[in-house]
This record gives sequence, C-alpha cells and structure tokens, in this order.
Amino acid sequence: MPLYYFILAVVLIGCLFFARSKTLHHILLILFNILQWGFTIYECFHFNTEQLGYFTVDGVALIMLIVLSILSTTSSYHSVGYLEHQHKFHTTPLRAQAIYYAALGILIMAQTGAFLASHIAATWIFVELTTFAAAVLIYHERTEYAIEASWKYLFVCSIAITFAFIGILFLSISAQEAGTINLSYQSLIQHAATFNPFWLKLAFLFIIVGYSAKMGLFPMHTVCIDAHTVAPPPISAFISTTLMNVGFVAIFRTYTIIASTSILPWANNILLISGTLSVFVAAVYLLRVNHFKRMSAYSSLENMGIVAIGLGTGGIGYYAVFLHLIFHSFTKASLFYQIQQVHRVYKSYLIRNTGGYFKYYTPGAMVILLVFICITAMPPSGMFISEFMIFRAMFEKHYIGLLVLILILLTLAMWALGKNFFRLIYAPPVNFDSSHVGKISLKESLSQFILLGLVFYLGFNPPQQMVDLINEAIKNLPH
Amino acid sequence: MTNVLLIVFTISLLYLGIATRLLTYIRIFAFQGLLLFGVSFIELTQITTLNLIFILLETIIFKTIVVPLFMNYVIKKNKITRDSEPYLPSFISLIIITTIIIITFILSNAINASHISKIYFVVALSALFAGLYIIITRRKIITHVMGFLIVENGVFILSLAVGNKMPMLLNTGILLDFFLSFLVLGIFVNKIKDVFKEPDMQTLSQLRD
Repeated sequence: MPLYYFILAVVLIGCLFFARSKTLHHILLILFNILQWGFTIYECFHFNTEQLGYFTVDGVALIMLIVLSILSTTSSYHSVGYLEHQHKFHTTPLRAQAIYYAALGILIMAQTGAFLASHIAATWIFVELTTFAAAVLIYHERTEYAIEASWKYLFVCSIAITFAFIGILFLSISAQEAGTINLSYQSLIQHAATFNPFWLKLAFLFIIVGYSAKMGLFPMHTVCIDAHTVAPPPISAFISTTLMNVGFVAIFRTYTIIASTSILPWANNILLISGTLSVFVAAVYLLRVNHFKRMSAYSSLENMGIVAIGLGTGGIGYYAVFLHLIFHSFTKASLFYQIQQVHRVYKSYLIRNTGGYFKYYTPGAMVILLVFICITAMPPSGMFISEFMIFRAMFEKHYIGLLVLILILLTLAMWALGKNFFRLIYAPPVNFDSSHVGKISLKESLSQFILLGLVFYLGFNPPQQMVDLINEAIKNLPH
Repeated sequence: MTNVLLIVFTISLLYLGIATRLLTYIRIFAFQGLLLFGVSFIELTQITTLNLIFILLETIIFKTIVVPLFMNYVIKKNKITRDSEPYLPSFISLIIITTIIIITFILSNAINASHISKIYFVVALSALFAGLYIIITRRKIITHVMGFLIVENGVFILSLAVGNKMPMLLNTGILLDFFLSFLVLGIFVNKIKDVFKEPDMQTLSQLRD
C-alpha cells in the first residue's frame, strides 16, 4: 500500500505542477487530501505490519500521521485562501501557484514517509526531501527576505542533514562491529546493548545536532526562526508543527535505540541541556521580539525545549511528550492560520502596527485569545495537562533546581506573549486607517475553532485509543 | 597506499587554509576528488561491479570534473572577484586547521575499535571541521558552498569505512552529494545573483530581531 500511496502522490504532484488552471489545482488538491486520508485510514487498520521492507506503522508513526493528515487538510484549505488573496493584490502567476501546490504535496508526502520509515536511512532520505520542499515554499513570495531565508534554510539544513548522516554512519560502524548490517530500527534496538558506547555517544550527538534543525531545537534553531518570518502562513503552520514532529520522530527513534544501553543517563543529560538552552533562548528573544511570526517561532522553540526536557527526564515525561506534541501542533497551526487574517487586516506582521483586533474581526480575536490560553498552558487547555505531567516527572526525578529555572523562564515567556497578544486584541491601533479593512468571513476561522476545540477536548477526555497509541509508542523505553 | 592518499588529502586541507584565490579552492577540490577516486578504487573490493562503477564515476566525473567546472562557470557568470576574503589571516587559519587535525587525532586514540581503521576517522572528521571552519570564516557565498563540498568529501571518506559491508549507505551518501550540490550550487547561487547585486554574505543578513 505505501507503494501505491507514493506512486499516486507523485502522479498528483506532477499534475499539480503542470496544471495551469485554478479549478484544476483545487480539484487535484482535494484528490491529494482524499489520498492522504485514505492512506491514513488504511494504516489505522494495518497497525504494526511491515510494508515494502522499509515502512512500519507503529504507535509513533500513527499518532504523527493522523496529526499530519488533519493539518494537511487545514493547511491546504488555507493555502487556497492565501493564494487567492495574494493573487488579488500581487497577481501571483499561475506558474508560481503550481509550484506552490506541488511543493506542498511533496512536503506532505515526505513527512508521511519520514513518520512511517522503519529504517534509519529511509527516515534520513525523507527528512532530506522535506528540506527541499520547504525551501521552495519559503521562497514563494520571491522577495529579498524570502531568498535570504530560503538560502539559509537550505544551506543550514543541508549541513545539519550531513551531520545526521555522519551520526548514522557512526551508528552503522558500531552495528558492523557488533556483527549486524541490518539498520532497521527493530534490529538496532535488539542489538544496541552490544554496541560500542563510544560510537553510540558520537552517533547520538551528531544525530541530535543534525535533526535539531528540523525539530527547531537549540543548536540549529535559527534557521526555523528565519524561515517562519517569510514563509507563507499556511506553510509556517507546517514548519512549526508537523515538520518539527518529523525532527522529533527522527531524534526519538534514535533515543529509543540508546534507551536500552548503558549511555542512557548521558543521552538524557544532552537532551536536558539542549532543552533548557532552547527555553532560555526562546524566553530571552520573546522579550524583545517585534514581529508576530517570529514571536510564534520563538514560542515553538520554547515548546520544543519543553519536549526535549520531558524526553530527557523520563518516567511519565515520555507520555507527556507525545501529548504535548499533539496539542502544540494543533495550537500553533491555529495561530499561524489566524496570523494570515491578522496580516490581511493590518497589512503587516509587526506588532507595533496592530491593535483593536476585536473590533475588526471578532472571531479572529476569539481565536487569538484561545490560542493564548493554550500556548501559555493555562488550566482548561490540554497543554496545561501535558506540561504539568512533564513538571511532575521532573519533580519525581528530583530536578528541582532545573524545574525552578524552567518555570521562571516560562513565566517570562508567558508575560511577553501576553503583552503582545493583548496589544493585538485590545490596544487602540496607532496611525491605522481602518477604512480599507474588508469583511472577513467566519469560515476563515472555523478550522482554528475546531483545532483548538480538539486541544481542549483531548486534554480532558483523551479517547482510549489515543492513550493506547501513546503507550504503544513508548513501549521500548524504560519505565 | 590508501594511507598515503588519505594523508595527502589531509595535507590538502592545510593548503586550503592558506589559499586566497577562489581558483585555488576549485583546484584543491578537484584534486581531492582524484584522491577519493584512488581510495575508493583500492578499498572497495567486496561490492558488486556495477555499484563500484557508480561510485567511481561519482568521484572521477562528478567531484573532479563537473563540480569544479560548474563552479568556475558560476564565478565567471556572476563576476565574483577572485579573492576568497577571509575574516582571519591565513596564518591563524593554518594554526586552527592544524589544531583540528591534532584534536581528531587525539580523539581517535580514545577508540578501541577493531573493524574501522582509525585513519578514516581522523581524515573524515578533520575534513568535516575544516569545512565548517571555512564556512564560518569566509565572506562569500561561493566559499560557503566550497566549505560545504569539503564537508561532503569528509562524509564520503567516512562512508567508505563501512562501504564494503553496507553499500546502501554509501549510495545514500552519494545521493546526498548529487542532490544537495545541484540544489545549492545550481539553483540558488544563480537566484541570489538575480535579486542581489553583490553575492556577499553581508547582503544576506537582513533577517534579525
């Protein structure tokens, strides 16, 4: 089945690339989403079976695949809106639109492949493919900023991906010494205990640095931030959510290999350091940020830092990490979709140019308010539960000093986010001519209400299937 | 013989540190391609002939001929000045690259590995960090790309160490080579020129807080 999926996806992407009519684009995009959902549903019923030799749908893959399919649908929908709107003012040529849709298709397909891959090299190839697709999409607006950001994204991600490849090579050296040449995750987990710890340490270090560019974690986070600033909002929503999940899955699978060896405490320390530095950098930059999308990007950095800390802490933290990733994906995607409407009203992403959003677009302001509640992990939202679990895990493992530090940093971040969000919603705008603000219909915000509703609902009433899936995903980790 | 080739490769990294003209960089790069051809020809004895031909073509055609010629073309077409414009003097570059080699040497002594010869490890990591050093300390975008290609050479050497048993990884590495070199070199170096007058790193620093 994955074979058919990839063939059909490539055919649809090819059609999207060569089609030069708007209606045709929309039909093909709908077909692509039907394919994506069909494949997702098919995989739900073929749990834990190996397909094509390089793909297995395990717990991790299925959770991320479902999140991806949900966000693909919403991102496709908002992409259409974005291109229509842009077309009206800047007349995007149909060719550019075709490239946009084709790259979007490649991005979705590559992410699907990266989640499902059960072989370490297969994961790597698909991650590389996401870099290419994302760089094309970042370049979409063709401004000086766009070319700078896409160049940086491509270049730094290329170096990062090379680092990850070196990590894989170290892992393969240690596997070879232990007498196996099978690099599927299952075989690696089985043989990991006999691997040379020196090579494993080097491998983990290189892999975490390499994939941190995708996950938006500390050492290589800068590319993601710059990419967000210029990428079209529906694409930012992808880079900030599912693409970060791709990075996480790649790191997580390596971590699972490490988990049964003697160097686990060392790997945990690396994750804790990386996570803490991410939260620190995010908090510091959030205090002085003046651009909405950069602010959201730093907020993603902060959340990925929390995820890394949760993974490094262990215990109940493992479970919470997945919960946090799911909720973060939905929340952050909503925020970026809404930023698109904010830009439509104010024609600017700069925070100082905004204000009084409640007056111009009430449903949008409601979305921003809900996003604020979710992203700062206030009680009724699901992210409160996941962050609370991570902090509880830290408390149980006696990381009290670190916990206090993280909480102080998170308070600073919360203050900065609140200041900027409330300025957008309530403060009177300065030098703003409101006469040209058109009416924005409710349907532009509908997807965000659904996604945020999911965050609230799943936080308090997690369906049994979801709990089982997460437990399945972390079954190879020490309890 | 492999050892001699790899040591010459390491010496070429030192020469890279003091090179000031872009043409010298390109020549060093072509020369390294030739060395890699030699190493893979001698070392890869256990893989199938077809695979060997593919790998040899990659080193001799792609690394030694196509990429250097293409870089030459890019430099001519974009009228890039011939100087490499380092931020640091050559002498310091030389010391730093020497330090990198010594550190990887010391690091390699910490391994008690049986299968992999240490020399691969030392040369590969030296190339990796020397390439990164070039990227950090040079001003032009084209020198960044060259630094990246040096990093790729390092990766290629490391993948040769496991190439006999796992040719699949070797091929994946080559895929990385083709894919990224074309993407980075071909599309973007030309696109950047279209938008900016001067393909210099300073023009690409507008995105900040």
